[in-house]
Amino acid sequence: MLLFIVQRLLATIPTLLFATLMVFAIQRLLPGDPALALVGEERDPQVIAFIREKYRLDDPLPVQYLAWMWQLLHGNLGESIRTRQPVTQLILEKLPVTVQLAVWSMLVALVIAIPAGVIAAVRKNSLADHLSTFAALSGLSIPNFWLGIMLILLLAVHWQLLPASGYVSLFEDPVESLRRMIMPAFVLGTGLAAVLMRQMRSAMLEVLRQDYVRTAKAKGVRGTVIVVRHAMRNALIPVVTIIGLQMGALLSGAVLTEQVFAIPGFGRMIVDAVFNRDYAVVQGVVLFTATAYIAINFLVDILYALINPKIQVGR
Amino acid sequence: MTSTVQGQVRRSWPLRNRAIRRFVANPSSIVGLALVMIFVLVAIFAPQLAPHSPASANFLAVRQAPSTEHLLGTDEIGRDVLSRVLHGARVSLMAGVIAVLIALVLGVPLGLVSGYYGGRLDELIMRFTDALLAFPFLILAVAFTAALGPSLLNAMIAIGIASAPTFIRLTRGQVLAVRAEDYVQSAKALGAGDLRILTHHVLPNSLAPILVQATLTIAGAIIAESSLSFLGLGVQPPTPSWGGMLNTAQGFIVQAPWMAVWPGLSIFVTVLAFNLFGDGLRDALDPRES
Amino acid sequence: MKKLRVLLITILIGLVTSSLAQVTVRVGLGADPDILDPDLGRTLVGRIVFASLCDKLFEITPDLQVVPQLATGYQVSEDGLTLTIRIRQGVVFHDGTPLNAEAVKFNLERSLNLPGSLRRSEIQQISSVEAIDNYTVQLNLSEPFAPLIAQLADRAGMMISPTAAKTLGEQFGANPVCAGPFRFVSRVALDRIVLERFTDYWDAERIKIDRVVFLPIPDASVRLVNLRAGDLDLIEGVATTDLNLVRADPNLELVSSPSLAYQGMTINLANPAPRDHPLATDVRVREALDLSLDRNAINQVVFDGQFLAGNQPHPPTSPWYIADYPMVARDVERSKALLAEAGHTRVAFELMVVNNPVAIRVGEVIQIMAAEAGFDISLRPTEFVTALDLQTQGTYDVFQVGWSGRIDPDGNIHQFHTCEGTFNFTGYCDDIVTQLLNEARTTSDPTERLALYREAALRFLPNRHIIYLYHPQLFFAHTNRLRGFEAYPDGLIRFQGVTLN
Repeated sequence: MLLFIVQRLLATIPTLLFATLMVFAIQRLLPGDPALALVGEERDPQVIAFIREKYRLDDPLPVQYLAWMWQLLHGNLGESIRTRQPVTQLILEKLPVTVQLAVWSMLVALVIAIPAGVIAAVRKNSLADHLSTFAALSGLSIPNFWLGIMLILLLAVHWQLLPASGYVSLFEDPVESLRRMIMPAFVLGTGLAAVLMRQMRSAMLEVLRQDYVRTAKAKGVRGTVIVVRHAMRNALIPVVTIIGLQMGALLSGAVLTEQVFAIPGFGRMIVDAVFNRDYAVVQGVVLFTATAYIAINFLVDILYALINPKIQVGR
Repeated sequence: MTSTVQGQVRRSWPLRNRAIRRFVANPSSIVGLALVMIFVLVAIFAPQLAPHSPASANFLAVRQAPSTEHLLGTDEIGRDVLSRVLHGARVSLMAGVIAVLIALVLGVPLGLVSGYYGGRLDELIMRFTDALLAFPFLILAVAFTAALGPSLLNAMIAIGIASAPTFIRLTRGQVLAVRAEDYVQSAKALGAGDLRILTHHVLPNSLAPILVQATLTIAGAIIAESSLSFLGLGVQPPTPSWGGMLNTAQGFIVQAPWMAVWPGLSIFVTVLAFNLFGDGLRDALDPRES
Repeated sequence: MKKLRVLLITILIGLVTSSLAQVTVRVGLGADPDILDPDLGRTLVGRIVFASLCDKLFEITPDLQVVPQLATGYQVSEDGLTLTIRIRQGVVFHDGTPLNAEAVKFNLERSLNLPGSLRRSEIQQISSVEAIDNYTVQLNLSEPFAPLIAQLADRAGMMISPTAAKTLGEQFGANPVCAGPFRFVSRVALDRIVLERFTDYWDAERIKIDRVVFLPIPDASVRLVNLRAGDLDLIEGVATTDLNLVRADPNLELVSSPSLAYQGMTINLANPAPRDHPLATDVRVREALDLSLDRNAINQVVFDGQFLAGNQPHPPTSPWYIADYPMVARDVERSKALLAEAGHTRVAFELMVVNNPVAIRVGEVIQIMAAEAGFDISLRPTEFVTALDLQTQGTYDVFQVGWSGRIDPDGNIHQFHTCEGTFNFTGYCDDIVTQLLNEARTTSDPTERLALYREAALRFLPNRHIIYLYHPQLFFAHTNRLRGFEAYPDGLIRFQGVTLN
């Protein structure tokens, strides 16, 4: 087991290295002189030179890369060129916002997906199954920013039931916070729900086919008991692992949802940083995301191996 | 002719017919196919179908509600929304198809090579793929498009690159399943070169899931392109694009809500069509999953 | 006895609750301010925060007159090379450090010498600063420079605490200490900036607000929605297309002001070398382009008629507007005739516009209008920073760009139309104009200056290397519980005299 863990850990290193190279390369490809983004309208050449020197913009690329890596290894993600704030601080400020959104979305998704998936599997090929599958496909197909705009139009503008946008922390004002989270969480959650529902359905089907389920049926155990006690628990395992892996999709969706609902979170920060040519922030945030994802993947691998020892064998 | 864990085994003619029959028997697949065809036709014949030019603006008819003259209303400088929605299909079609082509061109060869040769090369490609997959899709696409400059072409390249990993993994998986098969082994024993084996034996038998994935990726690419345009990074105005139109519509949600409804609905229906079609293909080609 | 006790307790409770009832104004800004250091800041929204945080040597009135703030008066020597400024007594910074001549000297020198200071180029004519006595400073200039006072009525004239600057060093921008009506409390990037009333402010009677919270909300419609919902008390940058919503809402008030800014089209003549394009070589083609446009229609279609059409750096309402060069109505026929005269039936060019919806809309309208006269324009929406880069390098045909505007006319003209001007990206060079504009900045006499600017304008305006189109107006909206707010042409928010119920 330990060997397995070490093996997986070592395997993440080249991936991480590739990730840093990619992040660095993308940022340096950005056209437009970042020094110009930082100077005022007056374009004082002295200031431009100073900025180029301070941020080493004239050093050869490999040197810049190594300098950045060195910083990284010391836990320093750099500072925002715009506000001089450390990127780590920015991340710590914005992450809770997106995490709140993500958690609510996850809840929404689970509440929709698990029952839907279970029903669809148990009543396979019935109307309920077809409807659920169609709903899932719709959830996958609907652009979440459009869904958000439509919901705003209906619930905020037309019926004035909910605030159209903005964010209030749960710890500041729970009621207001929830009111503002309903639409964004629903929007972000439906996409995830669609994926989870299909996964739940196919996992349930797989489990229901198993011998032990058939045995239980033959023994006369009631349907619902089978479903809840035996099938669901086992079907949930692959679903839970999927959730971890859906973090990436959730964050992608968050970028758009935060834009539509004006939520000052992670996704918004990345888009702003890209438009402002804030190298350090883009690099730091994207890298942080990739690292987090690799870490989650790693943990999921280990967890899955723990649950299912057969996986350890082999590559 | 047994199905293996991951992929398809060689098909023969009767099975192909069976696949077609299964496809036709599934109503949602038919709906999907029909909608896809409508979408393609609209995209191709938009200039003929549109009642107005998407670029001509009537300055006196700014932000007007739907009427007989303008069935879906007018936009922020007085252009016909219906005509722009119809023309927007062209951008989406191009984005979908070209992005997927790029993903295929990048992904399939890498997957073939990775699966067939194994060893160090495989490790390297897999780590690289993992790295690409570690970035949330849209964030990667945003970063690429911003780096290359906002335009439709760059958006397509960005989406293509971000979609490639799926094809790398898929192709590799197929290759792994197929290369152990008898006919591949015997071809090798007979002295066939690697390239020939790859192109004549391995690839054709790996096609089915790749095709399914390609269809589903078109759906994803269309959403991705409209997302990028929504953020201001894809198609640049005045070229009509559904995502771009939604971006503008956001500012007029109270005064002119019709500007937001139709472009988004179009994205939804088109993407749903490809998803239905792709799902139908998958069900038809792999009956195990039903 | 009992009644007295009840009375005392009631009074006590009243005092306690009223002191607890803080008056907080929540302001919606159009962008997140950058670094809060007056010498390093470069955004307009940053200046809005500074207006409450950092007082300056001089201030402006709504009609752009310069009046004292931290200074009490000034004198310019005959030769224009010495500027003596008297400093207000009894002023302290937020950390208790007193404001005196040494502090002013420290500040001006910092603006000139801080590495990366963005104010240096604004006051570079100052060669040295001396503290004559405790409340008088003398600025020695390398050359006469009339706009200097106007510069000291902006960020270059903002005074920061020397003690804090020395202690905090690079961290000053994260914890600014100034002498304005409000002191800095906290900041969360992209979320909020919190200021609270400075009890020892020198002009404390005029401040009736206890706290100000600035909330950056880039989307104009979202800002407005928040205001209408009661989550904000005051917003800047109301979209022209939302003005009717504000006017129709009985709980809101709309406040507007002309701004200092202009928007237009900058045409590349000779950057970096003389170009071969019809627009660059023939002034008749440029005139044809100018005549093909209906400025009022642009204003109407894109801005609901709420902005101000114009054809000069200054709006028609400005004292610096040259009356002998009025706006001319659209004339497509004449436009076509001019093109024909110049030997063209159709002229094609690329119009680079900044990648934001409003700018693109203006570009689209221009594209459609000019097409009727024979111009085939292809729009090139470009991201702002990249566009500025391309403009500097000269890789553009026509760039639709504006200027935020300065109080002093020199700031809107000199660097654009002199041969070596730092913002001259057109390659225009007329020695006579350069000479006139240089002269106009050395004399302080307004009549003399106007005459010089007029003479120069009648030479550079007809050349149309910059076609001025319109002047944005400033629109603020606030809850009607807020009283006393006045909009200034510089777009800043000032809380002197403002109350909130």
